Amino acid sequence: MIISENWLREWVKLDLGTAGLVDTLTMAGLEVESVEPAGPALDGVVVGRIVAVDHHPNTGRLRVCKVDAGDNDLMTIVCGAPNAAMDVLVPVALPGAELPGGQTVQRSMIREVESEGMLCSASELALGDQSDGLLELDPDARPGQRLYDYLALGDSVIEIDLTPNRGDCLSILGVAREIAVLTGATLHRKSLPEVQAVNDAAIDIDINSPNRCPRYVGRVIEGLDRTARTPCWMSERLRRCGVRPIDPVVDVTNYVMLEIGQPMHAFDRARIKERIVVRQASDSEPIALLDGSTHSLSADTLVIADEGSAIAIAGVMGGEYSAICDDTGSIVLEAAFFSPHELAGHARRYGLHTDSSHRFERGVDPTLPRIASHYATSLLTSITGGRPGPVLEAVDADYLPAPQPVHVRHGRINRLLGVEVTRQDVQSILQRIDSSVGESNSGWQVTPPSHRFDIELECDLIEEVARAWGYDRIPARTPVMKLEQVSAREEELDPRRLKSNLVDRDYREAITYSFVEPLLQRRLQPAEQGIELKNPLSPDLSVMRTSLWPGLLRALIDNINRQHRRIRLFEVGKTFHKEGNEIVETERLGGVVSGNAWPEQWGQGERLVDFFDVKSDLEALFSLTQAGEDFSFHECEEPGLHPGQRAEVRRGSVAIGRVGRLHPAQQSALGLAQAAYLFEIEVSALTSREMPLYRRISRYPAIRRDLAVMVDDSVLAGDLLNLIAKSAGEYLINLELFDVYRREGIDSKRKSIAFGLTLQASSRTLRDNEVDSIINRTLDELRNRYGAELRT
Amino acid sequence: MSNLPTQELEHLVDKIREALVHTTVLAELEKLRVDYIGKKGVLTQQLKRVGTMPPEQRPQFGLAVNDAKKAVAALIDARRRVLSDESISQQLLDERLDITLPGRGGRNGGLHPLTRTLDRLVDIFQRMGFDVVDGPEIEDDFHNFEALNIPPNHPARAMHDTFYVGDNSLLRTHTSPVQVRYMGENSPPIRVIAPGRVYRCDSDQTHTPMFHQIEGLAVDEDISFADLKGVLITFLRSFFETDLNIRLRPSYFPFTEPSAEVDISCVFCDGKGCRVCKKTGWLEVLGCGMVHPEVYKNVGIDAEKFTGYAFGLGVERLTMLRYGVDDLRLFFENDLSFLRQF
Repeated sequence: MIISENWLREWVKLDLGTAGLVDTLTMAGLEVESVEPAGPALDGVVVGRIVAVDHHPNTGRLRVCKVDAGDNDLMTIVCGAPNAAMDVLVPVALPGAELPGGQTVQRSMIREVESEGMLCSASELALGDQSDGLLELDPDARPGQRLYDYLALGDSVIEIDLTPNRGDCLSILGVAREIAVLTGATLHRKSLPEVQAVNDAAIDIDINSPNRCPRYVGRVIEGLDRTARTPCWMSERLRRCGVRPIDPVVDVTNYVMLEIGQPMHAFDRARIKERIVVRQASDSEPIALLDGSTHSLSADTLVIADEGSAIAIAGVMGGEYSAICDDTGSIVLEAAFFSPHELAGHARRYGLHTDSSHRFERGVDPTLPRIASHYATSLLTSITGGRPGPVLEAVDADYLPAPQPVHVRHGRINRLLGVEVTRQDVQSILQRIDSSVGESNSGWQVTPPSHRFDIELECDLIEEVARAWGYDRIPARTPVMKLEQVSAREEELDPRRLKSNLVDRDYREAITYSFVEPLLQRRLQPAEQGIELKNPLSPDLSVMRTSLWPGLLRALIDNINRQHRRIRLFEVGKTFHKEGNEIVETERLGGVVSGNAWPEQWGQGERLVDFFDVKSDLEALFSLTQAGEDFSFHECEEPGLHPGQRAEVRRGSVAIGRVGRLHPAQQSALGLAQAAYLFEIEVSALTSREMPLYRRISRYPAIRRDLAVMVDDSVLAGDLLNLIAKSAGEYLINLELFDVYRREGIDSKRKSIAFGLTLQASSRTLRDNEVDSIINRTLDELRNRYGAELRT
Repeated sequence: MSNLPTQELEHLVDKIREALVHTTVLAELEKLRVDYIGKKGVLTQQLKRVGTMPPEQRPQFGLAVNDAKKAVAALIDARRRVLSDESISQQLLDERLDITLPGRGGRNGGLHPLTRTLDRLVDIFQRMGFDVVDGPEIEDDFHNFEALNIPPNHPARAMHDTFYVGDNSLLRTHTSPVQVRYMGENSPPIRVIAPGRVYRCDSDQTHTPMFHQIEGLAVDEDISFADLKGVLITFLRSFFETDLNIRLRPSYFPFTEPSAEVDISCVFCDGKGCRVCKKTGWLEVLGCGMVHPEVYKNVGIDAEKFTGYAFGLGVERLTMLRYGVDDLRLFFENDLSFLRQF
């Protein structure tokens, strides 16, 4: 809502200056977005009257005007505007005047005629976008008067960001009324004129949907002078409120709407067949609107129709056919009340949003239509002349909103606000709202005024009291709380710890969108059915992620494109899955790694990151659960990963995630020059940890034996480790795999793997022969199970 | 002839002293020690000459040999100390490093700035006794709108550009549905926060289709607007670690009443007015209010017995103010050049 401060001050007497006014509005919930001057200073621009117009001697396009700009001497000004005519009052920029566009006006020779100034259009003065003619001023303008003074440009344009509950403030009157409530200032209830009928020009009005339109006021005005021009004062006010002046009829309806809040419409009388009907649209009923759009209406849309077809979407926009045009001689002025609940969503359904629908959806005072009709008639006939008929009103009082009394308790106000507001203060505020207020034992019985659609409940009134009394006067109570320990269980691992672990291992946390590119996701996980957005912003962000990988890979690619080479990113977030008809959300931790294993540094050769680097990062995470041995890696079928470098991760026997190298085919499809490794683990699988259990430390010596065996290439190291651990038995306190070795040429199908076993007993020193027998037993089992030979 | 063996001894000692001076490493010194005073050393061997001497000279010569051995041992020790000192010095010299070379090994990564803010916020609220709770990101119309007193076609819906995934399922447009879920399953006293991702179908310089909020909710027998004010002031001052001015401005949310927007004095200009605060001296940081009776009705809480407040704050907004980030979109571009600054 944009308002002119001067216009507002016509309605309310205020001691406050602009800054005080703005502050009052903002602190009452009518947030002021901006305050701008109503127009530029326009030094050196004055009112002038064209007293003579001659053709330019040297060119047919220009004219030479004699202009009375208040001095004794007439000015000679060359001008090309089509409306430069005798007796027209226009702005004159005197030599030296600086125009808003930056141009300084000077005396100049224009094709051998000296021009002593410049006659200006609205756009040249930044007073509108009209540039095809001079700005014509009203007859009360006095030659020589500063234009700034004449137009009262010493005004501010205030933009207020209104919340949807305050439809009553969508007018100058509404804002003025609100200021009166807040400050106790006096509202000037301007007595708006009533215009008596001069003939009996009428049209039948039938309301078929009284629940949606309980009141419809129409008025026929005949014999309009369509050559009349909207007076300058009116178009200036419209401009300041952000409405473009168009034509006296449209301008008047807009003016009334801006001033008192009643949206209006004018139909060409000649284009209405027989009568006006307010009814539901028929299914797929077509309509062509004023803005050139055409629509096929759904049956629950309320329309204004004539005997034949719809001529407007009620409360939204008029139709093209019935719109006024240059030939219009008579009009029907509409001022109606449409029920906000019934109209809600109609405009939006057709992709429309108009000043009218904006107001009707929020609630327009149902008592306004008659007043507005009179006011508009009065304004219009004063501009264009014309003969108004009687005010025609169709009304169904049963459906008109009747304000219901609301009870508010004094005790409840104070309990909810946490402060003592006195009875007198409450009562005075309630009365200022223009309500009828009756006292009761515990509080007040309040019947809100007809324009306040937002007051229905006790809490609505409490808010009114708080607002008018001042939020800043409510004290802040320091938080007090009961000493109740929020118990954090030691067996629960804070997920934040997982993040810090990765951070300490040189990962950066990424946050990617939860919706991803469907193609990329399908390539990585062809079997997963992603949940699609019905109204995505773009095809790139149109399906909910079933994995963190598409987002992370996108981040990887973006970073490579920004010349980063070593990239280690992780993300924690939800993935979204369809399971039957259910949607399941799972919290996951995923990562992408690419580039060198170590940051570039001296004294250490470069090496690309590989599967085992990433596996080690995961093992570090798993060890936070104090149950690292519960986790295991298994060969798997994850399609997006390299078949020889991918694993399913399990905790116990439950699959909890995957890790591996991005499939080379995907890598090349994504245009990645370097290999990328991915992992993804369910967060819930990592957040339960084991309680540590102390075991006595042995004081006897530990014995280390190394064991290097040759096995077939296909034998898995994990299987050997498992077997050794089992076979070596209770004395084995540590087992390391410290070497894997393949000798080229000798036997390419075999490999050597070396283990270090540390054995120790808790209560005595192990004897050599005991250790020997353990090692021999282990070797035998390795030989029998896996064909392992001791390497010598 | 009687002085001769003793003179020879002295001569020998002198020779050794001379030789010692030329030793440069401990190994040489050791060799000298073995050669002269070891079991078969030259000096030790002198004792064998005792047998060839007249008996009266024997004790004296024996003593002289022992004295000479002691003297040599002392000389060797002294020399050893010198050499060993020299060797350490040399080692120190040899092992001298350019300690300005960078350290080796891995480095640290970092958390996303939004996580950093979220973690701080959660800590602050946990210290004030709030529990952290969670809710789904794919919501239904009831929890996201209707239960929050936003019926279909309510003008407030126009402010929530909603992503739909089904007729009735949508991506939550705010964290407020967690209020509904939590109150539906728990009885007062309630004191919770719900951080998380929210979604709106909007993307330009100041909007991203996904962002983060923290919802706060406290419901008990006598919770008032003054309590809400107290909690917010405490939280905002702890978050910005300064005694900010804070004001509550009336506003409108369908699910709270009275409702307020909270402004803090501009952290960039100290409230004097600058580009960031559009010369007002104030920055809007969050919305809040007293839980609307309609919401209590929808979750089955007695609105006469219990009162409470709710608030919702934008994590991106607070992060931008805290670290001076001037472009919202940076948070989701995941550019390492940006992430490394945190």
